[in-house]
Amino acid sequence: MSSSAAPSDASPPAGEPPGPNHLRRFLTIWIVASVIATPLVAIFLGPILPPGKASDVAAGQVTDFTVTLSLATPVLLLVVLYLIYAIVAFRQPSGAALEGPALRGHAGLQTFWIITSVVLILTLATYATFRLEQGYGAGSGSGPNPLTKPSGPRLPVQVIAQEWAFTYRYPTYGGVETTHLELPVNTEVELHVTSLDVIHSFWAYQLGVKADANPNQDNIAFVKPTKIETFEVHCAELCGIWHGAMFDHGHVVSGPAFARWIAEQQRFFAPVTKQLPKYSRTYLPEPLRRGE
Amino acid sequence: MSTTTVSRTPERPARPLWRRLVGFNLLAAVVLGVGGYYFGWWIGHLVTNTKSFEYTEKVDENDVALLLAYVFGVVGFLIGMGFANYPVQRLLGRPPSLREKEGEGVSRYFGLCTDHKVVGIQYLCGIGLFFFIGGLNAMLIRTELLHPTPTFTGANQYISLVGMHGAMMMGMMTSGILGPFANYFVPIMIGARRMAFPRIEALTFWLLMAAGFILTSTIFFGGFPTGWTGYEPLNDQAVMGMDSYIIFFALVGVSMTLLGLNMMATIITMRAPGLTWSRLPIFVWATFSTSILMVLAAPMLIAVLLMAALDRTVDTTFFIAAGGGSSYLFENLFWFFGHPEVYILALPGFGVILELLPVFARKPLWGYRLAIAGMLGVTLLSFFVWQHHLFVSGINADLRPFYILSTEIISIPTGFIFLCFIGTLWRSRISFTVPMLFCLAWAFNFLLGGLSGVFLSDAPTDTTTHGSFFVMAHFHYTIMGGLIFAFFAAIYYWVPKMLGLNFNEKLGKVHFWLMFIAFNSTFLPLFALGMEGMPRRASFYEPKFHTLNVWVSVSAFVLGFSMLVFLFNTVYSFIFVRQKAAENPWHSKSIEWQVPTPVPVNNFEQIPVFDSDPYDYGTPVPVGAGVGGMGGPQISGAGG
Amino acid sequence: MTGTAGKLAAVLTAVAVVAALIALYITQWATAVPATVVATPTPGAIAAGPTSHLVLQTDAAVGPQESPSHPDWVGYLVLRGHQWVRSTIYQVPAHSLVHVTIYQFDSDTGLRNPFLAKVQGTSGGVELVDGKPLNHIEAEEASHTFVVPSLGVFAPLPGVPEEAKNQCEFGPCDPATMAHRTIELTFRTGKKGRYRWQCFVPCAAGTYFGFGGPMQTLGYMDGYIDVV
Repeated sequence: MSSSAAPSDASPPAGEPPGPNHLRRFLTIWIVASVIATPLVAIFLGPILPPGKASDVAAGQVTDFTVTLSLATPVLLLVVLYLIYAIVAFRQPSGAALEGPALRGHAGLQTFWIITSVVLILTLATYATFRLEQGYGAGSGSGPNPLTKPSGPRLPVQVIAQEWAFTYRYPTYGGVETTHLELPVNTEVELHVTSLDVIHSFWAYQLGVKADANPNQDNIAFVKPTKIETFEVHCAELCGIWHGAMFDHGHVVSGPAFARWIAEQQRFFAPVTKQLPKYSRTYLPEPLRRGE
Repeated sequence: MSTTTVSRTPERPARPLWRRLVGFNLLAAVVLGVGGYYFGWWIGHLVTNTKSFEYTEKVDENDVALLLAYVFGVVGFLIGMGFANYPVQRLLGRPPSLREKEGEGVSRYFGLCTDHKVVGIQYLCGIGLFFFIGGLNAMLIRTELLHPTPTFTGANQYISLVGMHGAMMMGMMTSGILGPFANYFVPIMIGARRMAFPRIEALTFWLLMAAGFILTSTIFFGGFPTGWTGYEPLNDQAVMGMDSYIIFFALVGVSMTLLGLNMMATIITMRAPGLTWSRLPIFVWATFSTSILMVLAAPMLIAVLLMAALDRTVDTTFFIAAGGGSSYLFENLFWFFGHPEVYILALPGFGVILELLPVFARKPLWGYRLAIAGMLGVTLLSFFVWQHHLFVSGINADLRPFYILSTEIISIPTGFIFLCFIGTLWRSRISFTVPMLFCLAWAFNFLLGGLSGVFLSDAPTDTTTHGSFFVMAHFHYTIMGGLIFAFFAAIYYWVPKMLGLNFNEKLGKVHFWLMFIAFNSTFLPLFALGMEGMPRRASFYEPKFHTLNVWVSVSAFVLGFSMLVFLFNTVYSFIFVRQKAAENPWHSKSIEWQVPTPVPVNNFEQIPVFDSDPYDYGTPVPVGAGVGGMGGPQISGAGG
Repeated sequence: MTGTAGKLAAVLTAVAVVAALIALYITQWATAVPATVVATPTPGAIAAGPTSHLVLQTDAAVGPQESPSHPDWVGYLVLRGHQWVRSTIYQVPAHSLVHVTIYQFDSDTGLRNPFLAKVQGTSGGVELVDGKPLNHIEAEEASHTFVVPSLGVFAPLPGVPEEAKNQCEFGPCDPATMAHRTIELTFRTGKKGRYRWQCFVPCAAGTYFGFGGPMQTLGYMDGYIDVV
């Protein structure tokens, strides 16, 4: 039960008027700022957030970034505005040695904070989990047995990471291996990422795909490119001297263009395609350990 | 019997220089260290001179020799320093004893000293030296990144620099606050005359110094290509410089384990009468939680490094898939240590900030119990989140929802710390001293760092942010913006007590503002760079990132310059001006400020008796009064 | 200054000097790269012909003369004037044809990924192996490769047969007297820039997957093509 007396601001001696109602002031500033900023973030910043909308998983990530950023905005504003408010309003007057009120806690506020943060966190975690599984891994490498898979036909493409370049193998096109990744637009692609030596990571930025390449492991990621464009491929796990140079550009092209391209690759690489090992999810080429 | 009194003080002849130099001291340690190094090198070559080790011939490298050389070198160094004396005495049957604390002289700072105050100052200087080397590496990295293609450093040197910078900072700054400040002040804060194990305390310091030296020596052996995380199988493939990293981190792990053990034993058993757990300063609580993490997590690091060393030398295949091992094994074992490690870095920062706030806000610490719950909550939860580093690596997909949840949940106890910060500042009277400026900046920096962590803990957004400059910005905001700012707050706050001399306040403010502005200017754009697709640890980047990288590099140079301002302040204030500090310049109610400056060798004439926590600031508030109109039960008065 | 302050000043100056020396040493180590070798311009080149030449050799062991610290390491040498030097940073002109001759003195190791046995990115899509134009080699025959991924140039280099006489023990090797294969290729450069090149054969004996040691050190099996 609150005292009917004016809230005691401990600093001014008896007889001086009570200080301003800091709580009401600060809450007003914060709520107004949040109400203005959060929609601005969601509506204007959201759509331009990375990684762009060139594939279904990338677009999904843009949504997730937007939602998380929008939820984070009021929290950010709370602490930043509070810092500014405290620096302005709660100063020690120069030369003075005043003390603040000896407040050690407030059970109600602490409980409220705990409950709010638990609710916020559980909401975020649930949302993230739901989006992860709804998006068939949301472009991330989901291991050899993903929990959820898109239905319908999928184009399998194997990404082979080696020190220090990516090569790509198309098992349904005679197991041809190529130096560049080209994908047909609006086709569900099932990427199988593996490594021949150390840990690499296949990151197709505009496609919103990142999957680590581990030796003797198959890491599966799903993506459906939706725009015809060029995308950057980078290695995202330090793999040795040329980790930074292990980049490439891939292309999303129309269906007919893809068919022409793959036929050309099959023709061009025919002499070495017959030397390749049979297509498999993982490879263990010689030397297996220390080279001779 | 002669009655003439002859002046009976025969002058003892001054001991000749060679007598003063011979003994268990730094010189002996260096000599025995070098001797041990060559001995180990020789033994290593001896044992590998067999057919089964012929692969070493092919590569002109001998990992066994280098590892043994380092190990024997460290053992020789420690023996020379005098650490083996007491164990040998005990083995020979002598009774247990406390070594006499050496009272004065500059030389005690360069040897085995059991005075916890000396160890604190040793730590401060030693960590400062290696922080400088790590910072130099960072300046070289940023110089290289001024251009989209490698122009300045060689390609393998660049990734070695990246690894050296990361490893040096992570290894050194884990003891960054516990080493100097907890060692110096925890015994005083709990009313004790010493730590529980003074010789072990000294050992943790010298282990760390040996470790730092060994990491720097990696450049003589070709550097190491794995970054601070030491991932396999690249670790096995690397040249000899990788062994420097392995020994460095193993020594750091031993130092951390012993430091944590010592702190826990001291805090549990040596509190003065009346000092119940609920009256402990929050800094001591933070030290305690950090120590729990150190003792439980660091041994895992030592174990995984031993496995890596075995893979590199005797051809085991723990981490080689073709031999039946798994690269995932390393990732999981490393991050099982690695995640608690980052909380080992963050928790002491929390402790320092919450300890300093009441002094400069002139109010008690708000939410003392909540802060403790926050720290212990972080300690417990930090063991359950490590696989968030592995979201895209192809781990079993069933695991990911759990780790999303656990990583999100760990932000709840972290939020408690922020609430206590907010509550302590509420209606306070802030004086903007240099330590307080660093505390306020900490809140801003750690907020950005913590919020950016949410984008990493949610696996969908982690797909883009993992392994990019976004992660770099996240951990630099939390570790540098959090821990290092707290580190400087602690320095400006406590060094006047440790040395009895004042810093120049104007230079301190220049240092702060330069550092705060340059820090944010350096790391804020990295969030954007990461989200735009720039991977980390890469010396090539897309030309479109050129301008932003130049901006970041120039800001980084200014940040480095701000450290030089700090160094100049140190030299200027402590060598030239030497203004004596008052015994309690901040008018703190904490016990370390009630003892004289310089702190006497045995800390207290009489062991104090405690009757409250040290946060007895502020004008009492009538029970039941609202705060700005809010009603409800208030907790006020002492010992809340 | 009092005695203690004097001692402190002395100690701090010593520390500052040591720190500066450490900084200089680390910087010097970090920036040490092999010297750049400029490709020899063709005298009186015709418009359609190559305008510069690079002559390289690959050795099974570079030898103590070329690398006192790693004489057993495999490596590339380049002809500068009349002398073989151990450098892997080559400067060539932009928007021009570059002709590369490689004397291959090492025996075969085989490719981990046989895909890299295909010749790509060269004029005509072929390379001349001992005078014969080939568009691929057998993967087990590969001894080294010369690959510039960003320029799309892939040139696999077949090895010297086991039974060949007069094999080169360590470099510099003499093409006039020792067993070798001669590979020639021409490729076109585009924009200015620094492009890395590397070998893709696991030829770093004794290291995991054959890709450690010399395969991860600038100046042996990796380098830059500086297009200026």
